[in-house]
Amino acid sequence: MFEFEFMRNAFMAGTLIAIVSGFVGVFVVARQLSFLSHTLSEIGFAGAAFGLFLGWSPLLGMLLFTVISSMAIGGLSLKEARREAATSSISALAIGLGILFLSLSNKNASYATNILFGSVLGISQQDIQRMIMLALAVLVIMLVSYRKMKFSSFDSIGAKVSGMASWNITIIFLIIVALSVSIAAQVVGSLLIFILLTIPAAAAKYFAKSTSGLICWAVVFALIGVWCGLALSYWTNLPVSFFIAAIEAALYFIGISWNKLQNN
Amino acid sequence: METIISIKNLAVNFPDKQVFNDINLEINRGDFLCVVGDNGAGKTTFLRTLLKQLKPNQGKIVNHAQTMGYVPQFRNIDSEYPLSLRNFVALGLTTSMRPWLSRLEKHKLTNILAETELTSLANIRLGTASGGEKQKAYLAQALVNQPELLILDESTANLDNVMKYELLDLVAHYRQVHELTVIFVTHDLPLAKQYGTHYLLIQNGRGVTGAMANLDTTQLMASGENQIACGEEHLNV
Repeated sequence: MFEFEFMRNAFMAGTLIAIVSGFVGVFVVARQLSFLSHTLSEIGFAGAAFGLFLGWSPLLGMLLFTVISSMAIGGLSLKEARREAATSSISALAIGLGILFLSLSNKNASYATNILFGSVLGISQQDIQRMIMLALAVLVIMLVSYRKMKFSSFDSIGAKVSGMASWNITIIFLIIVALSVSIAAQVVGSLLIFILLTIPAAAAKYFAKSTSGLICWAVVFALIGVWCGLALSYWTNLPVSFFIAAIEAALYFIGISWNKLQNN
Repeated sequence: METIISIKNLAVNFPDKQVFNDINLEINRGDFLCVVGDNGAGKTTFLRTLLKQLKPNQGKIVNHAQTMGYVPQFRNIDSEYPLSLRNFVALGLTTSMRPWLSRLEKHKLTNILAETELTSLANIRLGTASGGEKQKAYLAQALVNQPELLILDESTANLDNVMKYELLDLVAHYRQVHELTVIFVTHDLPLAKQYGTHYLLIQNGRGVTGAMANLDTTQLMASGENQIACGEEHLNV
């Protein structure tokens, strides 16, 4: 399958996505923001549709919408009690806007399907270059703020009383999630993005006791899902996102069973 | 004696409530100050003012402590919390930006785990640890940077009798070895009496201070909650 350029591109893009999602996902799960990552993927759909409407690249539209929305959600969710309601409201608005822009852009249904469910066929060299830049930006920001990010994610109360859970760190993290969503949407689609951002990290919890260990396991699980998913999709001609979802869910259940075995 | 914190004429009032007025206090290095008073008397407001989270209406606080550790009453650690005790304590090491720990930081971590008697438990998941072990881990995290001042905010409130004495024994020992200054907010008078060197009693909008030996516990006995706290201790000790 590697004789085809589109498959080589898909594997390169998938590898980047798995590394970024595994790394960032550990902090998404620790901060209990799985629902937010799901919402950002819906916002990503609206952004991609907006990009198409204006004749831009869908990735640019996605970046614009997810980054602005993550900051808006961060601002509205200062009070934890209204976090879910604020996130749901923005999510509903995003889906509505996505449908509106798709309709206004006069693109056919396959465009919508590609945005929602991803496509391995449409990844060009230029897309990969953009993804590499975004992935590098995400990883560099995460590494520079690693200790503060770790403290505020794994012990929010302790970080708050130590003055380490600042508003800046929260906003930086939300922007990081927005960038990660925009990167990962290229292959798995905006509807299934949270699979890679949450499930590998959730499964990793049962195999590691340190942040670096959690990141390693989450990246490995994400890579297994993406690589096997792409190969199975190539051989069966069925959607790659289905295989990735099925593999990640299986890994999560293996994690739970392993944990039960350990506890017994 | 070196003064760590100096408080003069401190007053905090909310629009609908006068919390306290005219608190004057000097805390010296190595002191173990217990802040006591009924629920709602203003202990938390005092602490928040000390931590600069609240602006006083009147008075001045001069805090000379360069580093501070804080152990809050509640933590959101569930049974599936993945980090080991060692890694949880290491979260407190935030002075460097390097993603990995330096040799000095590893040394600090090993020392504090030993001093809080957590060495043998260092690799268990914090989510599966008992309430007392968790509280020791919170204490170790607060002490890992070798602070000059430690604030314990009702940190023994959810512990059984044996564990709360065990925890405060560790604090008392650490204080003696490292000349640590401790501020312990509590409504548990027997604990305050046993470990404190000084007290700040906040009651009816006033702050009374003095050496612990001079604390007249009958001043607090009128309060139902403190009667319960004293009664429990009397039954169990």
